[in-house]
Amino acid sequence: MKPLIERKNKNGFWGDAWCRLKKNKGAMFALAIILIMIFCAVFADRLAPYPYDLQDYNHTFETPNRQHLLGTDNFGRDILSRIIHGSRISLLVGFSSIIVAIILGGLLGAVSGYYGGRVDNLFMRAMDILMAIPGMLLAISLAAVLKPGLLNLVIAIAVADIPGYARVVRASVLSIKDQEFIEAAQCVGASDSRIIFKHIIPNCLAPIIVQATLGMAGAILSASSLSFLGLGIQPPTPEWGSMLSSARQYIMSYSHMTTFPGIAIMITIFGLNILGDGLRDALDPRLKN
Amino acid sequence: MSELLKIQNLKKYFKTPKGDLHAVDGVSFTVKKGETLGVVGESGCGKSTLGRCIVHLLDTTDGKIYFEDKNITNVSGNELKELRKDLQMIFQDPFSSINPRMTVKSIIIEPIQIHHMYEGNKEKQEKAVLEIMDTVGLARRLADSYPHELDGGRRQRIGIARALALNPKFIVCDEPVSALDVSIQAQILNLMQDLQEEKGLTYIFITHDLSVVKHISDNICVMYLGTLVEKCSSELLFKKQLHPYTQALLSAIPVAKINSKKNRIILKGEIVSPISPAPGCRFAPRCLYAKDECFILSPELKEFEPEHFVACHLY
Amino acid sequence: MEKILEIKNLKIEYKSNERTVEAVNNLNLLLNKGESLGIVGETGAGKTTTALGIMGLIPDPPGKIVNGEIIFEGHDILKLSKNKLRAVRGKKISMIFQDPMTSLNPVITVGDQIAESIRIHEKLSRADAVLKAKEMLELVGIPEERYAEYPHQFSGGMKQRVIIAIALSCNPELILADEPTTALDVTIQAQVLDLILKLKREKNTSMILITHDLGVVVEICEKVAIMYAGEIVEYGTTEQIYENTSHPYTRGLFDSIPDIDAKEDRLIPIQGLMPDPADLPKGCSFEPRCRYSTEKCKESNPDTQEIGNGHFVKCYNYIKRGEQ
Repeated sequence: MKPLIERKNKNGFWGDAWCRLKKNKGAMFALAIILIMIFCAVFADRLAPYPYDLQDYNHTFETPNRQHLLGTDNFGRDILSRIIHGSRISLLVGFSSIIVAIILGGLLGAVSGYYGGRVDNLFMRAMDILMAIPGMLLAISLAAVLKPGLLNLVIAIAVADIPGYARVVRASVLSIKDQEFIEAAQCVGASDSRIIFKHIIPNCLAPIIVQATLGMAGAILSASSLSFLGLGIQPPTPEWGSMLSSARQYIMSYSHMTTFPGIAIMITIFGLNILGDGLRDALDPRLKN
Repeated sequence: MSELLKIQNLKKYFKTPKGDLHAVDGVSFTVKKGETLGVVGESGCGKSTLGRCIVHLLDTTDGKIYFEDKNITNVSGNELKELRKDLQMIFQDPFSSINPRMTVKSIIIEPIQIHHMYEGNKEKQEKAVLEIMDTVGLARRLADSYPHELDGGRRQRIGIARALALNPKFIVCDEPVSALDVSIQAQILNLMQDLQEEKGLTYIFITHDLSVVKHISDNICVMYLGTLVEKCSSELLFKKQLHPYTQALLSAIPVAKINSKKNRIILKGEIVSPISPAPGCRFAPRCLYAKDECFILSPELKEFEPEHFVACHLY
Repeated sequence: MEKILEIKNLKIEYKSNERTVEAVNNLNLLLNKGESLGIVGETGAGKTTTALGIMGLIPDPPGKIVNGEIIFEGHDILKLSKNKLRAVRGKKISMIFQDPMTSLNPVITVGDQIAESIRIHEKLSRADAVLKAKEMLELVGIPEERYAEYPHQFSGGMKQRVIIAIALSCNPELILADEPTTALDVTIQAQVLDLILKLKREKNTSMILITHDLGVVVEICEKVAIMYAGEIVEYGTTEQIYENTSHPYTRGLFDSIPDIDAKEDRLIPIQGLMPDPADLPKGCSFEPRCRYSTEKCKESNPDTQEIGNGHFVKCYNYIKRGEQ
């Protein structure tokens, strides 16, 4: 006989979560999609058959063929190459806006959850005001005020996302704050910042990660929508939303120009959402046995 | 023996929308160095609040706390941090009282790091952690395990180790064994007794389990709805109970013996709300001997016989 | 005496991540009509699993009844169809759960919850069910004026009374009480135990009381079964178990409880921990913690033997009367 301790794996919380995630075939498939996307984005220069801005007026509006696997657009640019390069912008905007939103929203949520009272009231009412404006509308108005561009796109999307993270973090801080180990930390003389960063935040990372994965899909969509509206990335830099936007006028005659960027967006969003669901199951086993 | 801790007329009120909740309402006692004071009472009697006031997890509303003859009621900042080295606490729930994301070693080393003990020398600190683990009976190989890999008894040993890490003089134990199985409970009680002997610790042992409190305490305080109703040595209390509540409480303990059926006193009703309580004795509505006087005047704690205090109009 | 429940060679397993946990192993029990049986054991001993097995409530997956029979009033419960099982459950066997805080629905008044359970099993009009529910409330010592109150307006002890009222509302033949007083304070526990005793005497219902508290069992039960790691290690009348404790584990349990009547300096705990239920030792499961263990105990798992009239022990070296 062995005592309990020997049996269980020694991976800790994250190891266990990874084991559970590995068993979820859908999530692993989605993870593969995301990894391929990241791979494409990183090695876009080598993977893309043509430069994204190479115009070839002899081959415009070509439907998919051997030279141009996904066809060409109205300037004769290779659509596959543009999609591959476009993944850079999408992933960059997705990641960075989510990171900005998590840091700001998480901090606001943690502080207002931990201290409660007036601070909580002030921060949360501010969040309520932000939430009262539809996220897309907020992003549009911000993007319009800030002038189009990559950095401003990130800012616009991040600001619209902050309240969501603030709420998630605040809720989990509230539930963790009442546990005895926080009292125990106070009892040995830990400072407030130590308690927040060492005891509270590591314990609410799981819901944040889930929210971030699902939120990234939203951020990529927002980025595409803003670009579609002309408020995001400016041509000739390829971006899936702006590609859709410029192909819009040819949708009746050359539908492949809109179909492929659309599919690229769809697959990415699909992958992120499935992965997010899988992560939620893996990180919070109570929700699903 | 000298007095280590002295509580004078301690009060803790919580503000609620319905009025003040009188969690602890005028409690006084002293604890001598090296002894164990048991605090018994049912849920909602304010025993945990009392413990948390003493270790300054909660502010006190009124009253004074003296530790080694120094008034520590309102210390804060660095003074409080220094005080924490002497005053520690062991918590009830072995599952929620330790951070699930930290290893055993990092849990025990945290207080040592916070207080820069051993001149901040990391090697010495880690050595100290392993020594503490030996003391509380945790195998050294568990140093890198996570709490969820361990059973309740071992987790409670971690909690004890964390409290011991600062070499305190005084530990408030809030129901340290009530979440454990009996066979494990006995192991932990023995450990706590050994530690007390070895290190000359002083305990306040808060519990609802009367057989445990009798076993471990030198003196016992019985609390009812924020007030002290009876106080005397542990032996005396189980021989001769004065307060009607203590009598009922003791008669209600299920004893694991055949034919031990004493005349059980079944109390009527339940504990009343401690929010804006009515004047008079808190126990009067459930008391079998309540007189008119009991509903008007709240009884003072008086010495009925040497070292035996009771707060009741019957005496 | 008439048998009401007989369990033969019951074996329940839980499967998870390629691990098989034997929660209940080769369990045999007999309960006569009107009798109360206490099942005592520590966390993870398989007490609750046994009760869920009797109720036909083992979650499958991951749980599975691998083997055995549970014969209730002459029928094997395990062979009943889902509908028949549902009729038995609640009507003939009802269960009192441990936590009074979570076993009531917070948005339905307590009275309606009792009436509801009556109407599920008895063909009564709504008005009659309400009348009967009020009767049940009075029976468990709650004034009927409180019929229309919600669970949050009740204290823990009162909620547990409501749950007892629900359990009794259909005049069941057998009540399974899983730690019914563990969440309550001592003085409230005394009230509830008093109530259970009174009702048992009046209605002559059979009962299985699951608890870790040897003090509670002695007040209620005539028979006691001590469980360890999924097996019953000792079984007998309350007197046999308490006065003539024979299994080393049972002895250890008694020694671990501080004695309220005597002054003792140290307790005698059982060393070590409960074995991992997925990796039980080859021999006796208590052997690694046992003071009396021998080579034989390591080699093979002892069979249950009868050492007195109806007193069963699963041990090679059981403690004989008078020995300590």
